Parts: sequence; structure tokens; C-alpha cells
Amino acid sequence: MAAPPTSRPVEAAAVVTRPREDSDVAGLGRWRAGAFAAPALVLVAIFLVFPALWTLYLGLLDYSLGGTTAQSPQYVGLRNFSDALSDPLFTKALYLTLLYVGFSAVLGQNILGFLLAWYFRTAPGWVRVIVNVLVLLAWILPGSVVAFLWQALLDRNNGTLNEILHTTGTAWTIDHPMIVIIIFNIWRGTAFSMLLYSAALSTVPSSHLEVARLAGARPWQQLRDVVLPTIRRHVLTNTLLITLWTFNDFTPFLITGGGPDNESQTLPVFIYKTALLGKQQLGYGSAFSLLLLVANLIIAVIYIRFLRGSKR
Amino acid sequence: MRPRVGAIVACATAATLLLAGCVSGKKTKTDPTKNTSAKNVSLTISANDIVGGKNAAEADWITKDVIPGFVAMEKAKGVTAKVSFVGAGVDDEKYKTKLELNLRTGKASDVFAADGIWLGELATAGYVKPLSQVVGNAATSWDGWAQISNTVQQNLTYQGQLYGVPNGTDGRVIYFNKKLFAQAGLPADWQPKSWDDILAAGQKLKKVSGVNPIQIDAGTPMGEATTAQGFLPLLAGTGQPLFDATSKKWQGATPQVTAVLDFYRKIYQGGLGDPKLQQDQAGRDQSFAEFSKGKIGMLVEGDYFWRSIICPDKSTTACNTTAMPDRNTTVGYALIPAEKPGSGVNGQDFVSVSGGTGWYLSPDTKYPQQAWELLSYMGSLAAQTQLSKAQVRISARDDVNKTTLGNDPLLTFIADKVLPITVYRPSDENYVAVSVAIQQATADVVAGKSPASAAKTYQNSLEKAVGGSAHVQTG
Amino acid sequence: MSGIDPVVRQTLSRIGVYVGVCVATVFFALPLLWLVLTPFSKHPSYRATLNGVSLDNFDKLFHNPQLWRSLRNSIYLAGGTAILVIVLAALASYALSRVRIPGRDQLLYALLLLSSIVTGTAAMVPIFLMLYQLNLLDKQFAVVLVLSGGLLPAAVFMLKDFVDSIPRSYEESARVFGASPSQILRHIVLPLIRPGMATVGVWALVQVWGNFLIPFILLSDEKKYPAAVVMYTFYDTGGQPNFALISTFALVYSVPVVVLYLIVNKRYGFSFQGGIKG
Repeated sequence: MAAPPTSRPVEAAAVVTRPREDSDVAGLGRWRAGAFAAPALVLVAIFLVFPALWTLYLGLLDYSLGGTTAQSPQYVGLRNFSDALSDPLFTKALYLTLLYVGFSAVLGQNILGFLLAWYFRTAPGWVRVIVNVLVLLAWILPGSVVAFLWQALLDRNNGTLNEILHTTGTAWTIDHPMIVIIIFNIWRGTAFSMLLYSAALSTVPSSHLEVARLAGARPWQQLRDVVLPTIRRHVLTNTLLITLWTFNDFTPFLITGGGPDNESQTLPVFIYKTALLGKQQLGYGSAFSLLLLVANLIIAVIYIRFLRGSKR
Repeated sequence: MRPRVGAIVACATAATLLLAGCVSGKKTKTDPTKNTSAKNVSLTISANDIVGGKNAAEADWITKDVIPGFVAMEKAKGVTAKVSFVGAGVDDEKYKTKLELNLRTGKASDVFAADGIWLGELATAGYVKPLSQVVGNAATSWDGWAQISNTVQQNLTYQGQLYGVPNGTDGRVIYFNKKLFAQAGLPADWQPKSWDDILAAGQKLKKVSGVNPIQIDAGTPMGEATTAQGFLPLLAGTGQPLFDATSKKWQGATPQVTAVLDFYRKIYQGGLGDPKLQQDQAGRDQSFAEFSKGKIGMLVEGDYFWRSIICPDKSTTACNTTAMPDRNTTVGYALIPAEKPGSGVNGQDFVSVSGGTGWYLSPDTKYPQQAWELLSYMGSLAAQTQLSKAQVRISARDDVNKTTLGNDPLLTFIADKVLPITVYRPSDENYVAVSVAIQQATADVVAGKSPASAAKTYQNSLEKAVGGSAHVQTG
Repeated sequence: MSGIDPVVRQTLSRIGVYVGVCVATVFFALPLLWLVLTPFSKHPSYRATLNGVSLDNFDKLFHNPQLWRSLRNSIYLAGGTAILVIVLAALASYALSRVRIPGRDQLLYALLLLSSIVTGTAAMVPIFLMLYQLNLLDKQFAVVLVLSGGLLPAAVFMLKDFVDSIPRSYEESARVFGASPSQILRHIVLPLIRPGMATVGVWALVQVWGNFLIPFILLSDEKKYPAAVVMYTFYDTGGQPNFALISTFALVYSVPVVVLYLIVNKRYGFSFQGGIKG
């Protein structure tokens, strides 16, 4: 009743679960920890680190899969990088990628995934199953099939969307390419955020929520004061991962092909088209990959700062 | 422990540099006399076909006709041959990538299929070698060459040397809808003699409501189709080839190229074509559907369109929803005219562009002579006739065409009238990059830019693609 | 907000939730219409309509020689990778969470960034050449290893969060009772991070299930192709997409993953509420 709680009675309870500085409570010891981590690290070293470094090294060559440069690639130093950076389409692609990632992933998938996960806690079983299956299907179908799905939906003359909205003749992918691929990516990738947040929410002790509810906190306050602090690191992990993945995602190519006149050409699509279609200039493509990596690194650093700043 | 992370990085980098030596291609030594008298031979054939999927007819031909036939033929000579087929059935880009990876490591099949336009790339990379080098005399003195015209042989020739046996070829024509033509007051036996004739017909069709007069492929979503079906036939009509083999120069922003782009402008900025169709990712498929529904007046395509898109067979493995049951009476076809009579390459009045695939030999094959026997068997009269019977198409061999194309008016038309006047795309390693520049030029015009500015952008991209302005002619 | 009658507010918010869920459901379902209608259509096209109902497409699909074989291959690759990733990531994330190795965080982030290179097309040549040198081409377990390597950094990243949020008090108590670290891992930690492992498992499975490039590049025997690769071969004889086979196959292809997800959801579920087990 009456006045909403201005204090935060539940925060004290939440603090207990926040871990102290990393401590070896199980008595693992350096060596055993090393042994536990070793299999993963070895696998990663061989099958990930090595090819990745090799790929980056290719960025320094004018290496291609066919043609004379396949037989004897020359060391070209930083020329691939300067070529890439001086290409006017590069900056445009970078800008479009930031839009794409920001709206479809950081905002779209994140928020929608969380809302769905939050809703599922109290939703009736059959609703949960149906929505789960739909969201999941959007995620697991292969890219080629998804391209057909969206072609059927957005086709100018025969598309489902135009039939429903009675707007036959509207060429969605040509007139509004960025909006289309942003919505497309939200549709495509929300499943992962939904999955991760469901798991994350299940780690929130219901006792804390009970306490908050009894203290008169309304749902959005429970959310703010109990849930979000508890799953803070999950939120940041999810955001970091989906940012990284969306940054490298070239599925929009299947829908708009880079858009009419490069209007929806995000960086991964740009890389795919210039370096990997036709005569595959892998050296150029690798240089791009490194630039993409640098962009991701900058974003990762921003996130890490955010994470460290939140450890009060 | 900084050192630990640093140690890992150092090891990885060292190993990388060590193995980086493997980045460059291997140098193969071919030896035509290897294993010539072997009694036990095992060979593999690979193609971008798969039983039950893409190009199933060819896959079946290989597994059911070629392999048993060849094995029997070898047995009669006392040689036990074991031949297996490695299928793929994915889209051509991916097949090509895998092929190149395999060739680079020497693990490619002994006999493999590849498109003629890949030859430049493969040859300059050292992935394939001339037949005379891999096989020797047996290849150059094959009697099948007499049945394959010189122009068709060009498709698999690089710098004057033959690298494989052509399998099939095709040709491009203008398809038109006779019913729509009747409505527009155009004759059913229409044959344009110049570009102006095409535009005039387009203007008449424009008056028929709900009709898209002309569809000539343009833009980047259609990929190579834009270049091969759209730009290049038009360019051939202006008299100069795209790539001059003697001067080794590509056409840049020449008057001819600008004229082609201007023709595009007249169509797509003049209301004679649908610009949005050229910008849609699925535009080519949509154009096929529209033609099959009688919404497009004229469409420039290859015989592939006739055989596999608008054929009368409605089953899902044939032409499905784009089938035209009345194709033979409703759809007419005409030669592509030069810009003006006599202005085409070689002074021709009519032009066309052709492509095709062929069968190549891997230079690393363990059994060069036997692989050649297999190759020539696949290109023999008997085998090629079997293939044409399984799936009617234009073979590289004239004798096969004479006996198998009788029933199909268009294919006979192409074999008789189009093949003699056609040109093939340059098998240069830079062709693909040039094609992309061409596609972009047409895309610019479709988007509203002027032909002059599109040509200028094209020239810049061209110079980047072929390594400098020395290889580009502008005048 | 305090002026509105609580009952009205409740009703309004409930209506809002219902509307929201309906909108979301339609949003996800609408594009899927083609997938649901086309397999049952007599003349499948790229339009989402029913051109006469028939089950012919399923008949054709089930007679296709590649169907069951490719699904088996997919199960082997995806299942194998998922299990490998869960096991290795669980071990590694526990170790990395509890023991402070200097440079740990930076290493993880670096590995995460590198994993985005290796899953791209630019890395396919180094991967191919490397496996060629190791003589591991055309071997399915090699594909599992390559895919696992690419997925591990993100998996460890995700699992570490779950391990980090386990109260240390549980492990301390277990230590007091004389449990060894492996026992602690098995009996206390693993059950508590089950939702995390389920997430990583489903995610890894989906990534591998839909991966075309790596299996295609590394396998040459078409009998070893997983479903994702086979999907790309469904063209008709002329090279046009065979909508009948593609749509029907896509439906059949999705079923194992969806079923698995629902099972995992039910058993290891995302509805676990923390607490000490006996």
C-alpha cells in the first residue's frame, strides 16, 4: 500500500551472493587449475590460435586462391590495409555496421530476448512452448532457407507482407534496406539472448524476489533492484557476444545483397563481396578481418571498462 | 604470469612463420610417361553435380554410363580400372573454392569439371597444365578435336594451349512473347537488325498495359548474368572485344563501352525496363517468373532459359512454377543484333556470347595416359550422345548436335546460327574482377547516373583490377 | 502512478503483456509461413501459398538417398562438438574462475576475438592447409575438433559467468568436509551451472548444425556431408532451387534441434532455482 519504497531493502540480501575477490576455495592450486584448463587451451591453441594468426599473416601478402598471386604471393606489407582504409566504401560500411549492430543487437535482440525470458517465468506452459519453438526456428534454419523465407515475405508483387498490408508493389528491400536487415537480424538472433537470459534468470534466488515483493516493490522495481544487479555480468557477456557476432555477420547479404547501390552494405558484407567473391583475394580479405578485429577490440575494451566500473 | 601468455604467442607465431612456407603453391612436375603400363588403375571424376540434386542428369550419366563403359573398355585391354565419382552439387562459387584448395594441395580428382572462364585463374596459378604437357601426343592428336569447332575450343584454350576437353556450350538470343507482340502490333517472326529496332519494339510494347517491355540483365545482384547476358553481347555489337588478346588491353571508358551504357540508360531511365528488378537480390528469378507469366516482352538469355526455366514440364524437378506449357508456340527467339548492321565484331550483323564447361586433367594425376583415355571417352561421340539424350543440351561436338537436337527448334537454331557468330569470354585471370566492375557500371546507370560517369568509375575499377592503366585502352 | 486503481493497473498491464506476446508471436511466425505452407504445396514456389495440398514433397524427400545419411552426419558432428565443448568449457571455466592466473581476462578476450576470425571465410585456406599437413582431411572427427576450437572461447566466457555467481560458501563447506576439488566440481559446481551448460550445449549444437563452410571445405566424400551442406545441393536439374525439397528438408532438418531443445528445457531446464543439494 501507499508509498513506494525509496530505500532498497533487498540490496543487502543481494550483496551476500556477490563474490569476493577471486579465491581458490576448492583448493585447486595452480597446477590442477592448469590441468583442468589445459585440454581446452590445447585445442584452442591448435585449431583456433594457429589458423587465426596465419590468417592475419596473410593480410600482409597479396595472397589469393587463384591466379598468379596464388602461386607466388608477394609480401606487400601494409598496402592491403591502406587500400582498405582508403576505400570510401569502407567508412560507409563501418558506419552502417555500427547502425546495424547497435539497433538490431545491442537494443533489439538484447531487450526482446530479455523480455521474452522474463515473461516465460510466469507464462503458461503451452504459450512458452509455442513461442520458444518459433523463436528457435528463426535461429536454427540455415541461411539459404531464411533467404527464401524473407523473399517470400517481402517480395514486391507476391510477398506475404504486401498482401497483408495491401501495399502490393512496395519493394521493401530496395526502398528501406537498412530497416529490413535490422528487423531481420532481430528476428534471426533473438533466440540466443532469450536462451542466455532464461538461464541467467534461473540463477536469481526466488527468495530475494519474495522479499522484494513483500516489501511492496512493483515488478519493474524488482527488476531494477534485484534481478539486474544479480545478472549484471550475464547482461554484459550477452551484449558483448552478440555485438561481436553481429559485427561479423554477413547474412544480410542474402537478403539485400548489400542493398541497392551499397546502401545496406555492412562491413562483413563488404568484405564478402570485395575480397571473397569471384577471384578470392584472401590477403585483402584477411586485412579486412584484422581491421574488423580492431573495431571489435575497441568495443570489447569499452565493455570491459563498463564491467570493471560496475564492481562497487 | 605475462611470460606464459607471451610464451604461447611466441610459439604460435614461430610455428606460423615456419609453416607459412606452405602458403605458396607447389610446383608440379608433369610426367606423361608415368604408369603408362599399369594394370591396376584407379581414377576419380569430380563435377559440380550430385545424384538426385543439381545437374542430376549429368551425375547419372557419369555413374551409370561413363564409368561402366570405361571400365569395360579398359577390361578389354586387360587393364582393371576402378573409377569413382565425387559429387558436389553446390553453387559454382563454392565448388570453385573447394576445387582450388584441392588443386593447390594436389588432391584434386584426376578428371574434373570446371567452367571455361575459370581457366585463366587456374592456369596462372599453376593449378592446371596444358594437355600436351600432362599427356603428350595422345591428347593433341585426338580425333575428337575435328568435331569441335575452333571457337568452342577457344573456351578451354589459354595462351594458345588446350587445357581440357569442352563438354558443352551455349548461346544467347532475344526471347520474346509472341502474344504480347501481337497485342503491340509487332510481327511474330520479328528479327531486329539494330539496337534501334529493339528500342522501337520496346516503345510499342510500352503501350500495352501491365507489360515490362525489355529485360536485359543489369546490376550487381544478377552477378555474372549481367555481364554475360547483358553487357557483353551488346559490347560485341559495337565491334570491339572486351579484351584484345594481341595488345593485351581491356576496354576502358571507350566510346563503345559508353555506347553500351547509353543503351542501358535508354531502357532503364526511359521507362522501357524495370529498374527495381535489377536491384532486387532475387531479381533474376523474379524476371524469369514474370516472363513465364507473360508480363515481359523481350528477355535476353541463353538456351538455359529455354531448357530449364520455361520448358513445358511442370514437375517440381523440371520447370515447376515457371513452366510455360505453350512455350513452343508463344515464345519466339531472335538473334541479337549489332548496334547497326555490320558494326559487330568481325564485321558481323549479329552477335552472341557463349560459355560452357569442360573436363580438365589434374596435373598431379598418377595415371596421365589412362586419365586421358577417360577424358577422351567422356568426350567421345558415344558418351556425349548419351549425355545429350539424358538431358538435351548443346554439346561441344558438332556430330552429336546433328543427331540429338533435331526435336528442339531453339537448340538447333543456336547450334546452326548462333555458334558460328559467337564470342567467348576472355579466359584471363582478372576476368572476374573486370566482370564485377562491369556489373557496377550497369548498376550505376540503372540507379540513374549518366553513362559517362558510370564509364569513368568503371575505368577506375578496371585499372585497379588489371594492374594499372597500361593494360587499359580508352580510345 | 499511485493515483490509478491497482486493479485497473493490473488489468491494463495484463492486457499489455498479452498484446505484446501476440505481436511477438506474429513477428516470429510470419516469415515462417513459407516454411509451413510450401512443403505441403503441390507446386512449391517462392511464394508463401498453398498451390494445392499434397504430401508428395515428403514422399520425394524420404526417397532422397541423402536425407537420413546427412541427418545422421549432422547429429554426429553437432552432438560430438556440443559434448566436447561443454566438457572442456566446464573444466576450463571452473579453473579460470577460481584460480587467478595473471593475464587470464586478457587471454579470454583475445581468444574470443580470434574466434571471430576463424569462423569467417578468410580463414578457410589456413584451416584447410593445416589439416592437410596433419593428414586430417575428409575426417569427421577433425571437423569436430576444428569447430570445437572455434566455439570454446565463447563457451568458456559464458560458463564462467555462471561459475562466478556460485557462492563460494558452498565450496568452502565442502572443503571443510574433506571433499577433493574434482568432487567439488562434480557434485556441487556442475549441478549449479546446469542452466549454463544447457545454454552452451544448445548454442554449440545450433552453430554446428547450421555450419556449411567448414564441413564442406574439409570433407570430400559426399556421404559424410551433414544436412547443412546437403541443403545447398537441392537444385533442380537446371540449377534453380528445388523448393519442394528445400522447404520439406528444412522442416525435417529443424525437427531434431527443436525436439532436443524442448527436452533439455524440460529436464535441465532454465527454471532451476538455486540452493544447496543434499
